[in-house]
Amino acid sequence: MLKHVRSLGQVGVQSIQSIGRAGMLFTQSVTWGGPGSAGFLDLIRQIHSVGVRSLSIIIVAGFFVGMVLALQGYNILVKFGSVSALGTMVSLTLLRELGPVLAALLFAGRAGSALTAEIGLMKATEQLSAMEMMGVDPLKRVITPRLWAGVISVPILALLFSTVGIWGGAFVAVDMLGLYDGAYWSNMANTVEFYEDVVQGLIKAAVFGVVVTWIAVYQGYDAAPTSEGIGKATTQTVVISSLAILGLDFMLTAVMLGGV
Amino acid sequence: MSDNNNHVEVKDVTFYRGKRKIYDGLNVAFPRGKITAIMGPSGTGKTTLLRMIGGQLKADSGEVLVDGSNVGTMSRGDLFELRKNKMGMLFQTSGLFTDLNVFDNVAFPLRTHTDLPDDMIRDLVLMKLEAVGLRGARDLFPAELSGGMVRRVALARSIAMDPELIMYDEPFTGLDPISMGMILRLIRGLNEALGLTSLLVSHDVEESCQIADYLCIVSGGKVIGFGTPDELRNGDNAEVRQFLNGDPDGPVPFHYPADDYRADLFAGEA
Repeated sequence: MLKHVRSLGQVGVQSIQSIGRAGMLFTQSVTWGGPGSAGFLDLIRQIHSVGVRSLSIIIVAGFFVGMVLALQGYNILVKFGSVSALGTMVSLTLLRELGPVLAALLFAGRAGSALTAEIGLMKATEQLSAMEMMGVDPLKRVITPRLWAGVISVPILALLFSTVGIWGGAFVAVDMLGLYDGAYWSNMANTVEFYEDVVQGLIKAAVFGVVVTWIAVYQGYDAAPTSEGIGKATTQTVVISSLAILGLDFMLTAVMLGGV
Repeated sequence: MSDNNNHVEVKDVTFYRGKRKIYDGLNVAFPRGKITAIMGPSGTGKTTLLRMIGGQLKADSGEVLVDGSNVGTMSRGDLFELRKNKMGMLFQTSGLFTDLNVFDNVAFPLRTHTDLPDDMIRDLVLMKLEAVGLRGARDLFPAELSGGMVRRVALARSIAMDPELIMYDEPFTGLDPISMGMILRLIRGLNEALGLTSLLVSHDVEESCQIADYLCIVSGGKVIGFGTPDELRNGDNAEVRQFLNGDPDGPVPFHYPADDYRADLFAGEA
C-alpha cells in the first residue's frame, strides 16, 4: 500500500520536474542569438520541412472535412428549411473550430512526431553532444529554428485548411446537392466577421502551434537516448499534444466567446 | 595558480549518478602536450570524467580546472568560448551530422565560428581531410562510410578549430585492425605535429600502451595508478597489474558480491 502511495508521489515529482525542464528549454531556445546561433536560412529550411511538407495532408484533409460538413449540415438544415445558412455554418465551423484544431492535430501527427524523432536521434547518436563540444549551443542551433518554424507554420496551415474546407463544402452543396451558389457564398460573406471569426481562429492556431512544437522539441531533447526511448517520446508527443490541443481549445473558446 | 605543466587538473572531485557514487575525492592532473590514456574497468566513469572536463557534466563537489580556470563554475558563454577555441572531443559514436556530407561536417565549426571566405574554408577543410587521408571522400555522406572512416572524419572535424586539448572517447572500439592502426597513428601523429594535450579513454591495454605517454588507471571512484606504462607494469599495485595483464580474478573479483554459494543453493529447498 505504502509502495503505491510512494510511486504515485514519484510520478507527481517527476512530472513537475519534467514541466520545469520543458520551461527551461522554452525560455532558453525561444530567443535567437548565442553561441553558434542558427541563421535565417535554418528557419526557412525548417519551415519547409515542417510546414511545406505538411501541405498535402492539410489540403486533402481540409477538403474532405468541408465536404462532410456540407453534407451533414445540408441534411439537418433542410428539415428546418434553412439550407441557405449552409455556407455560414460550414465557414464558421471551420474558421472558429475545426480549421485550427484539426490542422494542429494533423501537424502534431505529421510534423511533431518527426521533430521528436529527429532530435531524439540526434541526441542518441551524440550529434548534440558533439555540437556542444564544438562550442555550438544545440538549443540555439537546433531547437530555436524548429520551434519558430512550427509557430509560424501552424496558423498558415490552419487558414489553408479552412479555405480548402470551404471550397469542399461548396463543391458538395452547390455542385452535388444543387444549392444556389449565391446563397452559399453571399450568406457567408454577410455573417463571417474578420476579427471575431478569422483572427480568433488564427490566435487559436498560433497558440496550438507554440504548444505542439514546444512539446515535440522537448520530448525529443529529453528522450532517453535509446531506440525504445525515442519510440516512447514520439508517442508521447502525439498523445500529449493532442490532449493539449483539445483542452486548450475549450479554454480559448470560453475566453473568446466570453460565455464562461 | 595552476602548475603550468598540467593542462587539466581534477581536484577532489565527487560525482553522483543518481544515488550511485561514481567518483569519491578524485585527484588527477594531466600534463600538457602528452598523451594520457584513462583506463579502468567498465562502468567506472571514464567517459564521465571526460564529460566533466568538457563541462557537459558538473561535479557535485571539487574542481575541474582547464588551463587554470574552473569549468564547473564558468558561465555558459565562457564555457562555449572555451570549447570553441581550446577543446576538441571525439565521441564514441562520432556524432557526425547525418544530413551533411563529409566536407560540410568538417566545415561546420569553421563556418559557424569564423567569417573566413569560402575558398579559405575549402582549403582548411581539405587540409584537415588530407591529414586523416580522406580528402577523396569529401562528397560522401556519413551513412556511406565505414566505421573507421567515420571516426577519421570526426577526428578531422574535432581538430578543425585547432584545439589545444583533445579528448578521445573509446576511439578503438569496434574497429578492424587496419582502421585501428590508422587511428593509432593519427592520434600519435597529431599529438606530435600539433603539440596537443590528448586524453584517451580506452579499454584496449595493448593499443593504449603503444601510444600513451602516461596511463591513468581509474577504479572504484579513485585513481589507483598514474605513470608511464612501464612504471605501472612493474609497479607494486596488484589491482593495476591485474588490469594491465587482463587477469580474470584478483583484487577485482570475478564474482559480483553475493551470499555464500552453498547456503544460497540450499536455500531453494526450504
